[in-house]
Amino acid sequence: MDLLEYQGKQLFARHGIPVPSGKPARTVEEAVAAADEIGYPCAVKAQVQIGGRGKLGGIKIAANKDEAREHAQAILGMDIKGLTVYEVWIEGASQIASEYYASIVFDRSAKAPLVMLSTKGGMDIETVSEEDPDAIAHLHVDPLIGFQDFHGRQLAFDAGVDADVVRPVGAFLKQLYNTFVAEECLLVEVNPLIITPERTLTALDAKVTLDNNSLFRHKDNAELRDLSGEDPQEKMAHDRGLTYVKLEGNIGILGNGAGLVMSTLDVVKGAGGEPANFLDAGGGSKAEAITSAVEVILSDSKVQAVLFNIFGGITRCDEVANGLIEAFSLLNPSVPFVVRLDGTNDKEGRQILADANLPNVYTEATMDGAAAKVVELAKAA
Amino acid sequence: MSILIDKNTRLVTTGITGSEGRFHTLRNRDYGTNVVAGVTPGKGGQNVDGIPVFNTIAEAVDKQGANTAMIFVPPPFAADSILEAEDAGIELIIAITEGIPAHDELRAFQVIKKNGRSRLVGPNCPGILSPDKANVGIIPATFFKPGNVGVVSRSGTLTYQVGNELALSGFGNSSIVGIGGDPVPGTDFIDVIGLFQNDPETELIVMCGEIGGDAEEKAAEFIGEHVTKPVVGYIAGFTAPPGKQMGHAGAIVSGSHGTAAAKAQALEAKGVRVGRTPTEVAQIAMEILGK
Repeated sequence: MDLLEYQGKQLFARHGIPVPSGKPARTVEEAVAAADEIGYPCAVKAQVQIGGRGKLGGIKIAANKDEAREHAQAILGMDIKGLTVYEVWIEGASQIASEYYASIVFDRSAKAPLVMLSTKGGMDIETVSEEDPDAIAHLHVDPLIGFQDFHGRQLAFDAGVDADVVRPVGAFLKQLYNTFVAEECLLVEVNPLIITPERTLTALDAKVTLDNNSLFRHKDNAELRDLSGEDPQEKMAHDRGLTYVKLEGNIGILGNGAGLVMSTLDVVKGAGGEPANFLDAGGGSKAEAITSAVEVILSDSKVQAVLFNIFGGITRCDEVANGLIEAFSLLNPSVPFVVRLDGTNDKEGRQILADANLPNVYTEATMDGAAAKVVELAKAA
Repeated sequence: MSILIDKNTRLVTTGITGSEGRFHTLRNRDYGTNVVAGVTPGKGGQNVDGIPVFNTIAEAVDKQGANTAMIFVPPPFAADSILEAEDAGIELIIAITEGIPAHDELRAFQVIKKNGRSRLVGPNCPGILSPDKANVGIIPATFFKPGNVGVVSRSGTLTYQVGNELALSGFGNSSIVGIGGDPVPGTDFIDVIGLFQNDPETELIVMCGEIGGDAEEKAAEFIGEHVTKPVVGYIAGFTAPPGKQMGHAGAIVSGSHGTAAAKAQALEAKGVRVGRTPTEVAQIAMEILGK
């Protein structure tokens, strides 16, 4: 789960990482009140999870109340690369002497946290890494030992930070690492990490990705939401505990197991079709889950045909067939379904479907055949 | 021969008294796997359909000589169970549990690596099947028979799909190994491909990858340097959009990294033929082994 900037900053603040004081606001009135409380000049920042919002007018400095109102009016509701701005974050404007970059990623390749530090903050770090790779200091930390003071010194010297801030930068990185571990993050990124004229450090931006699998023991984090990024179908699927990703096409897809569903999307695309979604009904796939999944798929009005691709392992094809029959009796779908059942109890499943004689349901024996059929039906629709 | 599990496997299941743990352990035993024990803290002294239950894994090792553990406990407790198995000296730990927190997984991985006495397969994997010898996990064994094709995969049902295509073409398997779809798998493609390379029965290796991470790219390098047997690849997720997690915690394209196209290219550059569909994988296998 990716956090908005202000959610990340609030999380940082809980762990003692210096951030500018600020307040989130969802209306112009709230924004103006927040600006008054924080004082001027202050920054009005659009809260969306996309880079480059500053260049698109999503960050503005307000010198007084009128400007705060004007900026909040302009930014709330604006569209930034397809995302609507529902929230702004008002924070005190900062004085900047230097802009650094700091991040920690969960490096799955090295199987250890990777800490990065650069004095070339404020710009896109991928550009820095392409143009001047030596400008970024890297260090893998053994998670069994944790971040030690020497790690901080090593990174600070490697990155070539100003001599007077070597210790504060090291201390900052240690706090950042401890936050990364305590909150079970997959990414924490601070860009820019600023050095003020008074030579203190402040995290001026915050990018945080949390591990969804750990949210059960971080109740506060589990409740954080990003209104701007929420798609209605994805929200519906999430509420029902289904793994669903919305795509652009018109062929609804349901399968069991992430790899098989991904493969199904590829095969459908290869057959000339455009998948409308990724939906993994998971192991087991009991009747209730199938009904729920069909409902989510059909709630996307673009869907003109649906493909069920089931290879039964733990999942039993007869249960899937019964689930589909139940879904039809509840939902009366108007689009055609192509069903491919293979694996555990496949013959029983196919027989159940044949006996039920559902309208507009086609059964296919192979994945390739099923993909070809559903593409044909979607094109005819 | 086969790899990792066979007739010498002596299995202990942790979480054996849960419904899934019980169901699959009994299925594994029905298949012929030598299941010697189960572990559920507080239920020591009971039995599950004749399988003795112990309070600790150490006890299962001590009393029953368990050498392989299947982890079936829920995600919040699974990393602890893996570490307990490692501490008890279990040689092979197969973790089926899906949804283990990434940081838990990372610590467990690092401990196992540091101590160097156990191998972890998974988590979030379907397990291992060595046809006619042993089955540990949830792979539906009826589709597979013994043979000369070794299969290693990040995904469960995709393995069945590809395995079934191979079976329809007349191939059997030495072993089928699911390494799992999580960000920190205990065992990588490289480890399993190395084992297949050294297994006399395996004549062809099929690896099924998916988007995310760089395990397939590393495997390509390894194959180029160390593998003389033919390898056929498959990568799921060619059409997956960047930034979206496709079900598996590890299946996500980050920026331009981890795409299916890059993985297929890396493999093809080392002479690995990559099928674009599961059906094509079986066709390539037929061409190579001349069936």
